[in-house]
Amino acid sequence: MLEGQFRNPSGCAVAAMISTKGRTFSGEDIIKSIAVMHDRSNGLGGGFAGYGIYPEYKDYYAFHVFYTDSIAKKQCEEFIETYYDIVNLSKVPTRQIKEITDAPLIWRYFVTPLKTKLDAAQLSEEEYVIRSVFKINTQIDGAYIFSSGKNMGVFKAVGFPEDVGRFYMLENYEGYSFTAHGRYPTNTPGWWGGAHPFSLLDLSVVHNGEISSYDANRRAMEMYGYKCTLQTDTEVITYILDYLTRRKGLTLEESAGVIAAPFWETIARMPKDQRDKETYLRNVFSSQLITGPFSIIVGFKDGLMALNDRLKLRSMVIAEKDDMKFIASEESAIRRICKDATNVYYPKGGEPVIIRLEKGVQ
Amino acid sequence: MAINFIEPLYEVVRNQDRCIKCRVCENQCSNEVHRYDSDLKVMLSDETKCVNCHRCVALCPTKALKIVKSDNCFKENANWTQANMTSIYKQADTAGVLLSSMGNPEPLPVYWDKILINASQVTNPPIDPLREPMETRTFLGAKPKDIVKDKSGNIVNNLPPQLELSTPIMFSAMSYGSISYNAHESLARAATELGILYNTGEGGLHEDFYKYGPNTIVQVASGRFGVNKDFLNTGAAIEIKMGQGAKPGIGGHLPGQKVTADVSKTRMIPEGSDAISPAPHHDIYSIEDLRQLVYSLKEASDYKKPVIVKIAAVHNVAVIASGIARSGADIIAIDGFRGGTGAAPTRIRDNVGIPIELALATVDKRLRDEGIRDNVSLVVGGSIRSSADVVKAIALGADACYIATGALLALGCHLCRSCHLGRCNWGIATQRPDLTKRLNPDVGSQRLVNLIEAWTHEIKEMMGGMGINSIEALRGNRLMLRGVGLTEKELEILGIKHAGE
Repeated sequence: MLEGQFRNPSGCAVAAMISTKGRTFSGEDIIKSIAVMHDRSNGLGGGFAGYGIYPEYKDYYAFHVFYTDSIAKKQCEEFIETYYDIVNLSKVPTRQIKEITDAPLIWRYFVTPLKTKLDAAQLSEEEYVIRSVFKINTQIDGAYIFSSGKNMGVFKAVGFPEDVGRFYMLENYEGYSFTAHGRYPTNTPGWWGGAHPFSLLDLSVVHNGEISSYDANRRAMEMYGYKCTLQTDTEVITYILDYLTRRKGLTLEESAGVIAAPFWETIARMPKDQRDKETYLRNVFSSQLITGPFSIIVGFKDGLMALNDRLKLRSMVIAEKDDMKFIASEESAIRRICKDATNVYYPKGGEPVIIRLEKGVQ
Repeated sequence: MAINFIEPLYEVVRNQDRCIKCRVCENQCSNEVHRYDSDLKVMLSDETKCVNCHRCVALCPTKALKIVKSDNCFKENANWTQANMTSIYKQADTAGVLLSSMGNPEPLPVYWDKILINASQVTNPPIDPLREPMETRTFLGAKPKDIVKDKSGNIVNNLPPQLELSTPIMFSAMSYGSISYNAHESLARAATELGILYNTGEGGLHEDFYKYGPNTIVQVASGRFGVNKDFLNTGAAIEIKMGQGAKPGIGGHLPGQKVTADVSKTRMIPEGSDAISPAPHHDIYSIEDLRQLVYSLKEASDYKKPVIVKIAAVHNVAVIASGIARSGADIIAIDGFRGGTGAAPTRIRDNVGIPIELALATVDKRLRDEGIRDNVSLVVGGSIRSSADVVKAIALGADACYIATGALLALGCHLCRSCHLGRCNWGIATQRPDLTKRLNPDVGSQRLVNLIEAWTHEIKEMMGGMGINSIEALRGNRLMLRGVGLTEKELEILGIKHAGE
């Protein structure tokens, strides 16, 4: 069975690093960092997201697409050409290594919506892009867009994360922020789409855990037009975050308060204004509460957010050094790339740690 | 004297060695089954009058009594069963509509019993409710479509009126009249202590109980008994009763002998008159009329109370619910075909309506397919028998459950299904002062509190097993359910997989 046809609980490792000054650096270090946590994954999925990696095309959506064959590619390209202006397309560069096998065709397109089509659709540009992505992913057999943001990209595969990094030659990309993921699924995913990060527009999520609220969350999000094709937690978490922040206009802090809501007994002890707000959020967005163990790192254009489930059933640690901030499942992953990192901190369950680029950084 | 064709279904078996002739059974039986023969100096029974309510059995100080199924039988016939034959005899005798009480007792499928619940193993830890917070707080009501923020970025509270429950269970509608003053007081006090709600049913609200208003749902049914402005503004929510699971398509029945002076005053109808509610609301012949009543009630209550629309689970329930969800209602209550009643025509009770499990699954799905599930909360009843049924209902998509038969059982009801006779020996479904005094509201309310607390503990245990620590993460979480012994079609309607999948 392919990913998406069954539930596939996973354990995992996550790591991320960012320069708050927007300084760019190569993907080399993030590979080293995630490689330390080799035993937290089992060779059945690894991946990275890099931000700031496509400065020359920063105003274009970068579609990264997996194809099972050339027929799917032809169909998908016809679709993209109908709705978008393609300014550049190429194979995503890869390196042949023995650890990574059964690679699909992996292509990259820098696109912008055709103005006439966008006007006719009467949608915001972002909604237009999201709907195209859903359409391709659900209706074109064998085509799967796994990255669709601007000036960012996702690279993932079936394999150990350090091998996936080498496969994609991540050392050749320069970005100001990277996230990484090593997967420990309980079943063999037949397909690369199920690896992390999962992303939508410039939002990307890497996740360690198995959420028990999955089907409650999934059914709610499908009502709002999101199609959960992979049946993975990461997919639904990404959709929830997109829904809360982009469609409902909540801040990341407020969204964290929905996803990993404070317990009622905690809310009862809050000052009135805060209590009213948290009560409102829990009531209105009750279907977006996530229960069960998770640690997630959310990548977005302006930074990173680390968040644990309300009981902190998964490990996660934060540290920093000058303008660099690090997040990982284990401290060793941070020490590997920054021996003298300071302010090592273990966020509490449900406590979001949001790291933003400094003001004025583009 | 005409021959009586009807044979008693039960025998009263008295162990004469144990009987001390204290005559408690005689005093306790309003059906006059037991009598003392002073010549023979023995207690005798007339089992033709016995309804098998077990009052005598429970109170016999020497445990000398038991009620057993009679082995007297008609010639066996799988088609013309004893029940079918007896019904014919009754109707040939009386020319009457057969009447029954409580829920459908026929051996039709109970889907709850064919659904199993999940638990965590290895990949996801179970959560221990004895050691970690486990939340059952539930809000009912429509949710706002948009989030509004003020100039400084604070969220503006634009919530329509909501109900807050400490646990997702409420006491369903039972009118004062169908049940006693003491039964109502027990329900009202228990709901208040528990932080949940009870429901007046269609009989108005006794003035003594206005003080429990914050934990009361006031009901407006087709007979409009007891409805006035004070009544509407006293409750926490207003329920429009369009239908009832036990008798879809007809209105409520309250036999005249239960309409005592006090009931008559509360209902605003003459004493001793049968209170037969019209089958339809005569101001609601279609969905647009329902919308008008919803908004009339909102106007009358200053838009401060959520409005519930209660319907019976019937064949096209999904379409009806979809219409209601667009009618301004805040909550839809659906009552399954096993729901109880104080009196209903037997043929309707036993043959009309569909199981709540299927109705709930299909309504929840339809509202989601149409993107209007957030317009309303869903409350289901008829019948919810245990905390496991509650868990399954919520996982199928309900926000909360209504229980009524379960609550009456907690008060002592033994499901003899004779409420319509008005002679309830347990003091519940009667207005006879000598009988109603048997139900002590101090004891009754405590037993109800115990029941809901016990169920809530069990719900928490099951949630914890699934790795869920807040009830909203269970709602609609159908992956937590599996069917056993169900057909593809049944699984498709329930929206669940078969065990082993």
